[in-house]
Amino acid sequence: MTALLDIKDLRSYYGQVQALHGIEFHLKEGSMTALLGTNGAGKTTTIRAICNMVRSTGTIQFEGKPLMGKSTESIVRLGIAHVPQGRGTFTTLTVEENLQLGAITRKDTKVIASDIEKMYSYFPKLKERHTQQAGTLSGGEQQMLAVARALMLRPRLMLLDEPSFGLAPLIVRDLFGIIGKINREDKVSILVVEQNAQLALEIADQAYVIETGRIVMSGSASDIVNNEDIQKSYLGH
Amino acid sequence: MELFINQVLAGISTGAIYACMALAVVMIYQAIDHLNFAQGEMAMFSTFIAWQMMQWGVPYWWAFILTIIVSFLGGILIERLLFKPLAKAPVLTNVAGFIALFAIINSVAGLIWDFTIKQFPSPFGSSPFLGSQLISTHQAGMIGVTVVLLIALFLFFRFTRVGLAMRAAATVPESARLVGINTSWMIALGWGMASAIGAIAGILVAPVVFLEPNMMGGVLIYGFAAAVLGGLSSPLGAVIGGFLVGIFENLAGTYIPGVGNELKLPIALALIITVLVVKPNGLMGHTVVKRV
Repeated sequence: MTALLDIKDLRSYYGQVQALHGIEFHLKEGSMTALLGTNGAGKTTTIRAICNMVRSTGTIQFEGKPLMGKSTESIVRLGIAHVPQGRGTFTTLTVEENLQLGAITRKDTKVIASDIEKMYSYFPKLKERHTQQAGTLSGGEQQMLAVARALMLRPRLMLLDEPSFGLAPLIVRDLFGIIGKINREDKVSILVVEQNAQLALEIADQAYVIETGRIVMSGSASDIVNNEDIQKSYLGH
Repeated sequence: MELFINQVLAGISTGAIYACMALAVVMIYQAIDHLNFAQGEMAMFSTFIAWQMMQWGVPYWWAFILTIIVSFLGGILIERLLFKPLAKAPVLTNVAGFIALFAIINSVAGLIWDFTIKQFPSPFGSSPFLGSQLISTHQAGMIGVTVVLLIALFLFFRFTRVGLAMRAAATVPESARLVGINTSWMIALGWGMASAIGAIAGILVAPVVFLEPNMMGGVLIYGFAAAVLGGLSSPLGAVIGGFLVGIFENLAGTYIPGVGNELKLPIALALIITVLVVKPNGLMGHTVVKRV
């Protein structure tokens, strides 16, 4: 079986500074994969590189097709939804318009309305506020909106960049619960970047650990959780 | 009293033109965060195209529609050729680009059609509107066309997917790309629409100011004043600003001693400065609400 996403020798640069030094990893269809690491390790750069938002070399294949050199918007159209760090909310538009934008490239316009209803059933708070300017939502609500907006694409693969960032622990639990559900029930493969390793390892089945632009460890989430080095450096045991 | 009403109505009708120009300016400002100094010249050139078609015997409304289409495509072409390559350039480079465009269009129009003043027909005529001496049919027509245009734009941005995509691309370009919107073409589309709106303004104002390469200079400054007054981020504000500036201009010219026709233009400039100092966001420009 070929991998859904296959990354080889990925090197990324910000100006003269090299941030990734030959990242290699792959994602199985239907999996939930966590990319762990400390601040500045290159997690965000890696998923930005997948969407061609940072200058990179190497090969990235999605369902066997090369992504390198394609524009961000055409990569998204292949079914890769990206929830950026900071959520990327369209603050001046309404909550509902934000959701419609998630589906803006879809041709099956008739079922978009029912998909929006489905998002409201995942995140009832969004329904309460659907006519509100999205910028007025709380941080947690905006994160839910960002995930919902990404799902409106009906993606094959969803890239989540630090979904727990800045949120209260209870809200994070909720959010991760729903993310897990989306992965299992809607068969959306997910790559989640997290600093909160404990949380990510609870819902992920695969994990990669990245340090200063290189993958230093990989394996099933349970192996990684039980690894002594990981426990010391990331889980605080 | 009759003089007052007359001046207000005349103000509303010239205000309609300022509103169109302001709308065109806001459209491009929303897309690329720069004021298009050549907006007036583009409108003037479009008006010459309409005039040329009519000289060749094309009926008025056909010339009107064809000019709008040509201007739309021309606007896109200008963006693709001149401003797309400047997308990441510093502000001053863009300003230089706008001034170059201004000079080029102005001279080319003079070269093709020379600088003599030309009559431009009005489809509405210039008889009294509904038998009233207060306003002419052409003035009423200018107001009517502007209102129709505004409603059409509102419906477009509110209820079509392309309109939504354009708004998204203008607010958060990076997120727009992440939902699959081709933001570069949205900017081009904004240019095309601005150019088409400018063409309408030019064609409507030409019977009043007469057709010649420098006809839009003053109009554009009022358009800028209207856009700043209404708020550069709000199309509706731009239109309201346009009408207000038109009324203000006429009343000031009539009632403030010593202003007259000659000093009307500095009034527009004074208005721009006052608004920028007192209320930089304009009347309707949104202060973006953000929670972190």
